[in-house]
Formats: sequence, structure tokens, C-alpha cells
Amino acid sequence: MKETVVISGKGGTGKTSIVASLAALAKGKVMVDCDVDAADLHLLLQPVTQEEGEFWSGQKAVIDEDKCTQCGLCQEVCRFEAIKDFKIDPISCEGCGFCYNVCPEEAITMQENLSGHWFISETHYGPLVHARLGVAQENSGKLVAVVRQKAKLIAEEQGLDYIISDGPPGIGCPVISSLSGVDLAVIVTEPTLSGMHDLGRVIGVCHHFAVPVIVCINKYDLNEYNTSQIEDYCLNQGMRVASKIPFDNVVTEALIQGLPVVEYSRNRVAHEIEGLWQIVSKHLA
Amino acid sequence: MIIAVASGKGGTGKTLVATSLALSLQNRKPVQFLDCDVEEPDAHIFLKPSLNHKQVASIPIPRVDEKKCTHCGRCAEVCAYNAIAVVGEKVLIFPELCHGCGACSYLCPEDALSELNKGVGVLEAGQSKGIEFIHGKLTVGEAMAVPVIREVKKHINRERLAIIDVSPGTSCPVVEAVGGSDFCLLVTEPTPFGLNDLALAVDMLNKLDIPCGVVINRDGVKDSKVAEYCHKEGIPILLRIPLNIEIAQLYSKGITLVEGMPQWRGAFIKLYSDIEQIVST
Repeated sequence: MKETVVISGKGGTGKTSIVASLAALAKGKVMVDCDVDAADLHLLLQPVTQEEGEFWSGQKAVIDEDKCTQCGLCQEVCRFEAIKDFKIDPISCEGCGFCYNVCPEEAITMQENLSGHWFISETHYGPLVHARLGVAQENSGKLVAVVRQKAKLIAEEQGLDYIISDGPPGIGCPVISSLSGVDLAVIVTEPTLSGMHDLGRVIGVCHHFAVPVIVCINKYDLNEYNTSQIEDYCLNQGMRVASKIPFDNVVTEALIQGLPVVEYSRNRVAHEIEGLWQIVSKHLA
Repeated sequence: MIIAVASGKGGTGKTLVATSLALSLQNRKPVQFLDCDVEEPDAHIFLKPSLNHKQVASIPIPRVDEKKCTHCGRCAEVCAYNAIAVVGEKVLIFPELCHGCGACSYLCPEDALSELNKGVGVLEAGQSKGIEFIHGKLTVGEAMAVPVIREVKKHINRERLAIIDVSPGTSCPVVEAVGGSDFCLLVTEPTPFGLNDLALAVDMLNKLDIPCGVVINRDGVKDSKVAEYCHKEGIPILLRIPLNIEIAQLYSKGITLVEGMPQWRGAFIKLYSDIEQIVST
């Protein structure tokens, strides 16, 4: 069983549209949406939930007003500015428990925190594991680890060949959690100066965690000069530009129809993504 | 006033809106631009600031004085993040798990733990076209963006109009960047992804009690659901930017909208006066 994740650094380069199409093309796979704080893959895969569970993670401090003598020690020690006027702001509280440990009146308790939900769903293309991080919650990296673990179990149980993940944007905690130990990262970039800047940083993260990389340039014809710069850059880094997808309105049209683009149209975009999947599957073989 | 520019979904045009808003207002009032998308800070590509100040953003990580440590295990017991383990006669510290709360060193009965700042990113500041510019950059390979964002936000100058460019998503880095703002502009696109993530961002802002308005970018796709949603939720649509290849190409070259197409300046000045009106009522 092999695992690949689609990431980008910069947001909005087309990760989810590409993952949905890979899902339609690949045989014997489970899909994972690792973008747990703004999950979108379900909008294209139309999942029917089979199983769901709560994700409890971390704790939040709570002050018992009856016991509190307003000595102020908790406010003094809290480094997250989470205590004001002897009340805890649960959004700022990082659950360190410093206040709980120092309170001379034992007026503070630490309460378990419901941070989100995970789902195992069935789709037309196979099983999908996805999640929803609660509003303004932390620990997205841990929730990513949960959905990846569940996908691994499904792949083992059902003897599936591939785990295909839709990754989050950025380079921080949820990206690192999505990336660690995967067999291949597919980086989707775009020929804009921002896309190129962010590509360099996300490649750095992949190198840092020793994950092999292939690059896909989406909307490559938006700026062909920048596209050639990306190709040169990748060549110098010893990486392959596996695919160049043209800018085409069918991607948005497919999205509005709630379909992977390869299912919506047989045009040049679909053709490029098919080529990408061939290269990805060869890499994973 | 502090205006945050956020989105939920990535790549909807936050940086495009934030940079053009800042440039349109800089000759009318003192403006400060803070790029808090510290994982992928891109505003500097458009504003091209001359950066003359640099400092490290760090978190305090515990360090053990082996001479004083009695291996009692209190530090490991109080650490909520499993960043310290005491195994026999050894104290193991895992800096990548540490949030820098300081509980371990404060509570150590032997006073055997001190703190050492570990850099997780840098902050750079300078000037750009009359705008005071500050951004944070998370070091590649580091997981925690929040301490870097916190460091950038310490430099907010209340005398100025502060415009904050926020990362995509709705979790902790976004909450940290948006928190304390007077208003949040949500930039979206008229697609099912744009709508789904807009609704998540609105939920987050409701929880933070920050008023918001929407900018619809790449407008013109035949999907009116974003506008219907805004209408239903009572969220004002403050600006529409059409789907236009010329705008996309300017962006690809790192040219701001109001510099590439100065006719847009008036729209951004009006956007600001609309925000001012919403905030003052």
C-alpha cells in the first residue's frame, strides 16, 4: 500500500480539483481529506457517511468562581493572555495547565475539549476519510494524524493499493502532519510569483522530511515565462515537472456541477490529469 | 483601526485585496501592513518593501541543569504537550512539541529548569511606498506558526490603519491573526469551495465577535449561491472583482491591482469608507 499527498504551499492552486480527478482515475484506493479546517473534497465526491466519531483533543481551563479569591496568580503566569478579569477565554487558552497547577485555592479545573469530528464515508469512487475541525479549534495536526490512521486501516482491511490525500495549504503543523512518512508528495503550483515563492518553501519542507516530490504546474499558460522559470528551477533541484495543466473554465464548471473534472469533460485538462496519474502511479509502483 | 483580510479557502485573492487596499489609502492616512500569513508570506512580492529591521521570533524551551535535577518527574507531569519525559536518570526534552508555556521551569521544585529561546521564524520590517511594512516568516520545517504571528502583531501601531494579511483556513493561525481586529474582510470566489469555506470563516468570526464583509473575487461565474448566502446571513458584499485574465496576469507578475489598473483605486477607497461606516455604527 502506497500513500501520496497533494500539497501546494500557496492556497487555491487546484489541489482539491486534482485530487478528486485522481480519485476517479485510480483503482483500489482510499481518499483522505487532510485539509481539516477547510475541507472541500466532499463537495466533489458526494460522500454518504457510514461512520463518524468525535475528536477530543487538548484541554481548556475553567475557573470555579465560588472558590476563586481573585489573587491574580493565574493571570500573571499565563503566557497566552487567556485569562482576563479572572475569566478564561477558551479561544486563547492553549490548555497548558499552568494556571491549574499554580492556583493556591484549587479553583481551576482542566476540562477535556471536543475539537472536531471525523467521518468515514462511501463515495462513487471508493471510501473517503474526512473531518471537520471545530470552529476556532487547535490541534489540526493531530486530527490529520487521526484521519490518516483511519485511512491506513481501511486500506489494510480492504487490501487497497493507494491512499490519496488532499493536503492543506501552508507549511506548518497540519502540512507536516499530512506529509510525514508518505511515499510521494505531488506539489501543485501556479505560474505566479507568489506560487513560485511558496513552491520553494514547501519543497524545503518535503526535503526536510525526506519525502520525494513531483511538481504539477496548474494554469501553466497564464504566464508561460513563469512556467519556464519553474521548470528550470525544478530541473536544477533534480525534480520533475510531471504535468502542465492549461487554464480552462471546465475546471470551475465541473466544480459547480460537483464532479471531478475528468468525469465532467474529456478535454485537454482531463488528458493532462490522466498523464499525471500515470506518472504518480509509476512512482508509487 | 485594524482590518484583517481572511478567506477560509486559499488562493481567493486575500493578498491582492489587502495590498491594493493599503496602497489606495497610504496618501490619505498612515497605513501599516502586517503579513501574518507566516507560512507563506507573499505580500512583499507585491509591495517590494525595503527591509531594514530583522529579529528572531522564538519560543522559550526548557533546559535542564543536570547538577540540580533530582529526576523527580514533576516537569513531565505538568507538561500538557508531552514535551518532557523523565526516564530513569535522564530528562528528555522534545522542543518541537513545546508550546513555551513555562509551567515546567516555574514548577520545578529544584529550580533545575531554565528557558532558552528557540527560533521558529523571523520578523522583518521596513518601508514600502509610504506604508510601514512588517511580515513574519516561519522557518521551513517548523510546525508552530502562532508564536511568529504573535510576534508580528506586537508591532501593531494603534495610531495607524493596520491591515493584516491572514493565512487560509479557520484554525489556530487564523484565529491568532484575526483576533483583536475591528473588522474582517472575507475574500471569496463564487464557487462551491468558496462558499463552503466562507461559511466556516463566518462561523469563526461570529465566535470571535468580529464584524465582517465580503469581497467576491473572480466574479462572473454563473453561481449566485455566495451572494444568496451573504444576503441570508446579513453580511454586506462590499466589492466585486470580475474574473478577468488581465487581472490574473498582473497578479502572476507580482503587480498590485491598483498599480496595474489605477482605475480600481476609487473602488478600494470606497471599500474603506464602507468599512469605517460599519465599524462606527
